[in-house]
Formats: sequence, C-alpha cells, structure tokens
Amino acid sequence: MPDPARMELSLTVNGERRTVSVAPMARLLDVLREALGLTGTKEGCGEGECGACAVILDGELVNSCLVVAAQARGAAVTTVEGLLADGEPGALQRAFVAHGAAQCGICTPGMLVAARCFLDGGAPATGEAVREAIAGNLCRCTGYVKIVEAIQDAAGMEGGAGGGAAVPEGRALAASGGAGSGGGSGGGDGLGPPAAGRP
Amino acid sequence: MLSCVPVTSVSSLAEAFALLADRPRGLRVLAGGTDFLAQVNAGVGLERIGHVLDISRVGELRFTRLSGGLLAAGALATFTDLARSAPVRQALPALAQVAREIGARAIQNRGTLGGNACNASPAGDTLPILVAAGATFVLGGPRGERRLPAEEFFLAYRKTALAADELLLRAEIPALAPGERLAYRKVGTRAAQSIARAFVAVRAAAAGGRCSGVRIAAGCVAPVPMRCRAAEAAVEGRALEPALFEAARGAIEGEIRPITDLRATAEWRRRVTGNVLVRLLEGLAGPPRSGEDS
Ligand SMILES: Cc1cc2nc3c(=O)[nH]c(=O)nc-3n(C[C@H](O)[C@H](O)[C@H](O)COP(=O)(O)OP(=O)(O)OC[C@H]3O[C@@H](n4cnc5c(N)ncnc54)[C@H](O)[C@@H]3O)c2cc1C
Ligand code: FES
Ligand code: FES
Repeated sequence: MPDPARMELSLTVNGERRTVSVAPMARLLDVLREALGLTGTKEGCGEGECGACAVILDGELVNSCLVVAAQARGAAVTTVEGLLADGEPGALQRAFVAHGAAQCGICTPGMLVAARCFLDGGAPATGEAVREAIAGNLCRCTGYVKIVEAIQDAAGMEGGAGGGAAVPEGRALAASGGAGSGGGSGGGDGLGPPAAGRP
Repeated sequence: MLSCVPVTSVSSLAEAFALLADRPRGLRVLAGGTDFLAQVNAGVGLERIGHVLDISRVGELRFTRLSGGLLAAGALATFTDLARSAPVRQALPALAQVAREIGARAIQNRGTLGGNACNASPAGDTLPILVAAGATFVLGGPRGERRLPAEEFFLAYRKTALAADELLLRAEIPALAPGERLAYRKVGTRAAQSIARAFVAVRAAAAGGRCSGVRIAAGCVAPVPMRCRAAEAAVEGRALEPALFEAARGAIEGEIRPITDLRATAEWRRRVTGNVLVRLLEGLAGPPRSGEDS
C-alpha cells in the first residue's frame, strides 16, 4: 500500500539522478538539505523574501522554500554545490573571493545561484541588470557593492555576452570583449525594467 | 501536520476537474505557491487544508495569445511569461510592465496571473490593471465554464466568486485600440519589489483633448481591488483640464474606502490615490510615455 503521506520523489540534482521518500508537501529546501544532505542551500526567512534558499529549477531561479516536493518531480535542480566545475570553484566563485563579496556568508549560496542564472541568460552585465538579477537576495553584511562588482567581473572573465557591456564602470578584470553572443534571444530581457535595487 | 497532507499533481485540466468533482474535504489549489507557501510557512490556515491540488504543470493554462482584438492570458502564465509575451506587450503593455515590478526574479518565475487573482489581495498588482482594462475572467470546473467581469470576481477581502469545484482558467482582455491607453502607477516603498501602498490604473482613449471609454480602478483602498465608477463618470467625455482633474480627485477620494494598516494610514492612501489619479489624467492629456503605450 502506498502511504499517501509519503511520495517517491525522483529528480536530477546537480546532474545526478536522485530518488528520495518524502512528504509531498515537504519544501524543496528541506528535500535538498535534509533528505539529500546538500546544506549549501540556506534558509533565511522561509517566506520568499530573502533568496538564501535560491536554486535553479528547470533553468529558472526559484526560492526553494516556496516549492514543494510534489512540484519538483522529474525536475532538474542546480544548487550552489552544483556550481563547482570539476570540483573546483569557477570564475564566479573566485570573483566573490577576490572582491570580498562574502562576509558572514549566509546569503552567498543564494547570491551565487542567482548570479549564475543571470550570467547563463547572457544579458549584458550592466550594474543595473546585475542589481535587478539579485534584487531578491538580501545581504545584511556587504552593502551589495562588492557583490555586484564580483558578478560583473565574472561576466568579463567568462567572456560571454556580458563582456562588452560589463565594463561601463571600468571594472572587469579580463573583459577581453568576448563580443556579444547570446543576448539577442527572447526580447523580454530588453524590456526596460524599473530600477530594482534596494537602497 | 501539513507535511502529511496528500498532494495530487495533475498535468491536464481533465485530471484536475476529475478531482474537483470528488470535492475532497479541505481542498486547496496550488499554482506557483508564492502566496500559498508563504502562508503555509508562516503557519496561516494550516488546519483547514485537507488535500492539495497542484495545477502548476497544467500546460493548457499556461499561455498568452492575441486574436481578433482579444488578449487571453492563461491562469498559469507567470509574471516572467507576461513580461516577455509579445501578445501582452502588444495588446496591453501595462500588464507586461507591472509583471516586472512584482517581487524579484524568483517570484516572477513562479508567481502566476491566476494566483494573483485568486489570492484576491487588495494589493495584488495585476488586479487594478485587469479591472481597468475590462478583463473577463473565465472560471471552469466539472460543471462547465462561466464568465465574470473581473470586478465581480472579487467579493470581499480575499474572497472570490470561485466555487469549491472551480478553477480560474484565464483572463480575456480587449486589446487597446489605436488612440487608447492604459496607464497605471504603483506606489510602494521603493521602485520595485515592494507590496503596493496605493495603486491606480486608468484605461481611456484621449482625442481632441477629451477622454472617452474611461475605466478607472484602484488597489489598496478597499477590501477588494475596486472599480471607481464615480471617478469614471467625472471624467468621461469631459475636457482634460485642471477643473476636471480636481473633480476626478474629489470623486475618487469620495468613493474609496481605505483603511489604516502597517503599510500606510487611510488618510495617506486617500490623498495619494487622488494625487496619482490626477497625475495619470494629466499624462493622458499629453503625449504617450514609454511603458504606458506601445
Ligand atoms: C517575496 C514575495 C513578494 C511578492 N511581491 C508581490 C508584489 O509585488 N505584487 C503582488 O501583486 N504580489 C506579490 N507577491 C504575491 C504573489 O507572488 C502573487 O500574488 C502571485 O501572483 C501568486 O501566484 P501563485 O501562482 O504563486 O499562487 P499560489 O500561491 O499558488 O496560490 C495563491 C492562491 O490562489 C489560489 N489559486 C491559484 N491559482 C488558482 C487557479 N487557477 N484557480 C483557482 N485557485 C487558484 C490558491 O489556492 C491560493 O489560495 C509576493 C510574494 C512573495 C512571496
Ligand atoms: S528562505 Fe526562501 S526566500 Fe528566504
Ligand atoms: S554576507 Fe552576510 S548576509 Fe550577505
């Protein structure tokens, strides 16, 4: 007899197929942290306000405290642990270190995931675009400036679509002008967003 | 304990309607979960939840399309979908614009138009726009479909016209005609990602210095998103000039029923709503600005 209060949940986490038995209304956050032991993802508010629990679900940034297990069936999830490339931190994480963009570190996993999602989207890494991309991630320590700079640097180092536009503030370390690939897709990103930063 | 509540995740409307026909006790619909789970995580109303119907993957409800001058947006269209949708940006740019001012990316990626409507908060950002735009809501369930003007969907504070076995399926909105505009202003604590403290939307055609086809709606000033008929009557067919602006201000201040809560006082809301309406009408008198009109 299947127990209605438990479900077999199969999903792909950081490229690996995983199956766990969980309560269907368990939060994806708890599935990751408790059932799968991936404690990089943090819980801040549990209400969608802080972004500490951010993960990438089927290519989209989500707050894992607002997604339940049943909604993640068969999905592909990337957590901060999945941002390692061959077990090593990539340009983004190294830029965070170089800029001192982490202090207490609670917001850092969510920031990295939100930044990864933004960089993968290929939009130019202008200060405004970066601030909008991390607008749902609260940091009580850094004041955001170093975080924004680190993400812009990473965009330059990765030499993607962001390259050219990442430098208006003259900061990218290695902005060798990896001339605009990406960027052109899905016109939605060109729609002038309101200034999304917080004070 | 909520974690023991059964969840039925459906991938088609037929499956959803089959479950709704059984009317399980304490059934709650789950879409993007941005309101539902924030409430659950805060422990609000848990005891009333007996069974969860997860519709988040019903592809039939996730679309936007424009045909014959009618824009249709499925209940599961996310804010990100609305912001990117070519039909929405063409037929009702204000809806695409406001979608970008709701929460941050992670909320926009999950939060849906239907969830915003069914949550029925007087501060829901899409709601005054839908009411001012003259949207029709299409509700459906095992007993069939019915249609309601958006303003009749909202019955009382967080209470909608949905029956226990009904879903909101889509909103249908007449596309802006040439010369017509829909302008809105959300007043929050900062430019984006904050819950509105005052919200006004105006749909109208301005020609020869006069407005016609005027529809006005306001958020945050009554238990429900409110259609402001007195203000509409004050503006309809009149010349767009200072005397009219003051008459419209008086009309809207007289008909709204704001309350004081932790975000603003009633008096502040009344004054700001009047001011915002005047600004929007002044804007209609001038040339189109970006974000209002294509
Ligand atoms: C951090 C944060 C910031 C936010 N900022 C804003 C903001 O700026 N502006 C704003 O307007 N909102 C905001 N919200 C609220 C929320 O994101 C929106 O109301 C969203 O539209 C809800 O959609 P959802 O799909 O997540 O709904 P859910 O949470 O899944 O559902 C909400 C309610 O509607 C019911 N429901 C959902 N879909 C249907 C349907 N098709 N048929 C019948 N019933 C249905 C559910 O049963 C539930 O009661 C914010 C929320 C959070 C957590
Ligand atoms: S813990 Fe999920 S957004 Fe704060
Ligand atoms: S580093 Fe402490 S919250 Fe961001």
